[in-house]
Amino acid sequence: MSVMTYNGAAIIAMAGKDCVGIAADRRLGVQLTTIATDFPKIFQMQPKLFVGLAGLGTDVQTLKNLLEFRMNLYKLKEEREMSPKVLSHMLGKILYSKRFGPYFVEPIVAGLDENNKPFLSTMDLIGATSEEKDFVVSGTCTGNMFGMCESLYKPDMEAEELFETLAQALLSSVDRDAVSGWGGIVHIITKEGVLTKELKGRQD
Amino acid sequence: MDTVIGVQYKDGVIIAADQANARSILIYQSNLDKIKQLTSHSAMGVSGPNCDLVQFTEYISKNLQLYELRHEGTKLSTKAQANFCRNELAVALRKGPYQVSALLGGFDQQTNKPSLYYLDYMGTLQKVPFGAQGYAQYFTLSTMDREYRDGLDETAALDIVGKAIHELQSRFLIQQNNFIIKVIDQNGVRVHSQGADPADT
Repeated sequence: MSVMTYNGAAIIAMAGKDCVGIAADRRLGVQLTTIATDFPKIFQMQPKLFVGLAGLGTDVQTLKNLLEFRMNLYKLKEEREMSPKVLSHMLGKILYSKRFGPYFVEPIVAGLDENNKPFLSTMDLIGATSEEKDFVVSGTCTGNMFGMCESLYKPDMEAEELFETLAQALLSSVDRDAVSGWGGIVHIITKEGVLTKELKGRQD
Repeated sequence: MDTVIGVQYKDGVIIAADQANARSILIYQSNLDKIKQLTSHSAMGVSGPNCDLVQFTEYISKNLQLYELRHEGTKLSTKAQANFCRNELAVALRKGPYQVSALLGGFDQQTNKPSLYYLDYMGTLQKVPFGAQGYAQYFTLSTMDREYRDGLDETAALDIVGKAIHELQSRFLIQQNNFIIKVIDQNGVRVHSQGADPADT
C-alpha cells in the first residue's frame, strides 16, 4: 500500500458567496484497520483561516505543529495576521524544502482574506500550488470527490446551501472509498464567524 | 508479534502486554516486562524489537524525570508526555526510526482524569478509549468495541482486558501464555497480575 493511502483521508473545500467551507472525514486507520473515528485533519490556524492536511498521519501532525510555530513567529515579527495567500505560499516552500525526502501530505488552505473574499488553494506533497475559485479536494478518493463537486457545485452559494453541498459531496465520495469515512466534520467560515457541524455517515 | 492492549475506565487506565521476547522462531525470554513506567502516574506499553523498546522507553522516562527535576517537581500531564513521545518518534523517523509502537496511559492528578494514547512507530498520536498494538488489533478491537462503554469501573475494565486476552489465546497463531497487566489510577502505577515475574533472571 502506498504511503499516501496508509492512514486514509478525504478533504474538500468550496467557495461560496463571501464564505468558504472546508470538510473532512474523521477516520484514522492503519491500512484497512480502523484505529479511531475522531482524528482531526482540519486545523484552525486563525479565526478565518483553516488548513486541511491529507496524507500520512504523523506528517499531518508534524506539519500542523510546524505551521502553528511558523504562524506564531510571523505574528510576533510582523505584528499582523497571516493572510491565506501568504500561508499557502509558505506551505508550498516548506514542502519543497523537503523535495528529496518529502512530508507525505497534500494540504488544502481555505479562508477569507482581509476583504472577506474566499481563498482556496491546494498543493501536492512537494509544494506545487494551485489556487482555485470554486472547489479543491485532497485525499485518497480525489476521483470521487472531483466528480461529486463538479456535479453539485454552483457559484455564489450562501452558507446554508454551501454546507449542504459540501456535506453531500463528502459523504457520497467517502462511501465508495475503503480507507476514508467514519463520519465527517464541516466548517463554514463567513465574515460573522465559523459554524462547525459534525456529519453522521456510514460507519464503515 | 508483540501484543499490547489498553483500556481506559472511569478512574484509571489498564495496560496489558505479553511477556515474550522473541525473534524469528526462538523465544529468548518469557518474563519480559514491556510496560515501562514513565512517571509516578503514567506508563507506556510498547511493542517492537527489544533494542528499540529499551532504548526508547528509557530515553523518554529519563527525560520526563529530568523535566520534573528541572522544574521544581512540576508534573507533566499525560497529554504533554504523549506529545513529547510523538515528537521524538517523528523526528527519529527520518533519521533512525524507533520501530516502537506504544499505548501510553496516564492519570492526571490535577484534573483527576485518566487518558490513553495510541502512538504508532511513525509518530501518529491519537487519544483513544481503548486500543491495541500489533496483530492483537485484528483479534481484540472488535471485542473491545462491543464491550466498552463510558464510565466503566476497574472490575469491568479488567474483565474486558481478560476477554481480549482470551480471544488472543484461542485464535492467535502465536501462543502467548504470559501477560503482564498494569493498572494506572490515582494511586499510581501498580502491577495487577503477571504471567511470569520479570525479576526472575
